[in-house]
Amino acid sequence: MDWMMAVSEWLLPALLAFIPLYAAFRKVPVYESFVDGAKDGFPTAIQIIPHLVGMMVAVSVFRETGALQFYLGLLKPLWSVVHFPEEAVPLALLRPISGAGSLAYIESLFRTYGPDSFISRLGATMQGSTDTTLYVLTVYFGAVGIRNSLYAIKVGLMADLAGMLASWLVVTWVFGS
Amino acid sequence: MVNYIWLFMLISGVIAAAMQGQMDIVTAAALKGAKEGVAVCFGLISILVFWQGMMRIAQHAGLLDKLARVLAPAARLLFPDVPKDHPALGYIVSNMSANLFGLGNAATPMGIKAMEELQKLNPDPKSATPAMCTLLALNTSSLTLIPTTMIGLRMEYGSVQPEVIIGTTIFATCCSTLTAIVLDRWYRRRLNA
Repeated sequence: MDWMMAVSEWLLPALLAFIPLYAAFRKVPVYESFVDGAKDGFPTAIQIIPHLVGMMVAVSVFRETGALQFYLGLLKPLWSVVHFPEEAVPLALLRPISGAGSLAYIESLFRTYGPDSFISRLGATMQGSTDTTLYVLTVYFGAVGIRNSLYAIKVGLMADLAGMLASWLVVTWVFGS
Repeated sequence: MVNYIWLFMLISGVIAAAMQGQMDIVTAAALKGAKEGVAVCFGLISILVFWQGMMRIAQHAGLLDKLARVLAPAARLLFPDVPKDHPALGYIVSNMSANLFGLGNAATPMGIKAMEELQKLNPDPKSATPAMCTLLALNTSSLTLIPTTMIGLRMEYGSVQPEVIIGTTIFATCCSTLTAIVLDRWYRRRLNA
């Protein structure tokens, strides 16, 4: 465990030292190259604003008005039939649309049930195994001005579903319910 | 599809508020969302500026080409329509490596850089190419070896064994990424048919 956290702690600083050092060795003017590349970052971020604002407004309206709660209630019989843990259902729906929202929900699980409970382990596995599909799509495609995303969103959402089901199966198998 | 999801979220939100007779929630929520969107973009500025600078050094030093060459077989398999020595491959490979090691902050700028390179190969700049969809599929399902955020959060909440979720997360992330790759392939083939 400790060595794993150490690896992730060391990885970034190591990269920060290695890249410029290697480049300097290859006679690259490191600082000038950095500044040259870095100036592209700003317009890219600005380009994403309209896309992200549009998406965040819809997600926020969907969540805060209770529409999300309503659909959760509507789908309730479905979970009961397959015995999917009820507390994990909001997470499954939140995960693809809001990274901050699903993280907040997980914290509430940790607080209520403790981090070592079955439901918290399931939640952490679900959260860690995929990324926020809607956000990734908005940022990546928004940055280059793509309007027509073809089938990308379908693939992303179905992969999320597969990740959720796999989390549920493996956590049940490893930790028991 | 994105159009429908967007419309669905907005309209069901407005209807839900109307049914509760509290229309002011909608206005507040919309403004809050807009604020969040801008805030996230401003947060992205520092990350993008910093990492695009680092990536330029790596590119000038020939590190990206080297990385792309080492992992070329995998990249060629997933991105058959990207020319062999195209710079996009270097960024794609670094994006995937950053995801793998849980460096989310670094993965995004690299992924965006890869998208920009793929956009140069795109005959219609408003519409995504299959290669872009594959890159997106890999990022939404995000293959991770160490779920750093979750382990950190579990430690913060006093877990006795914060690391036990590593195994289950690796299993689940492999399933979702595999599903993404298979589906992406299937849709890509249907598009070409």
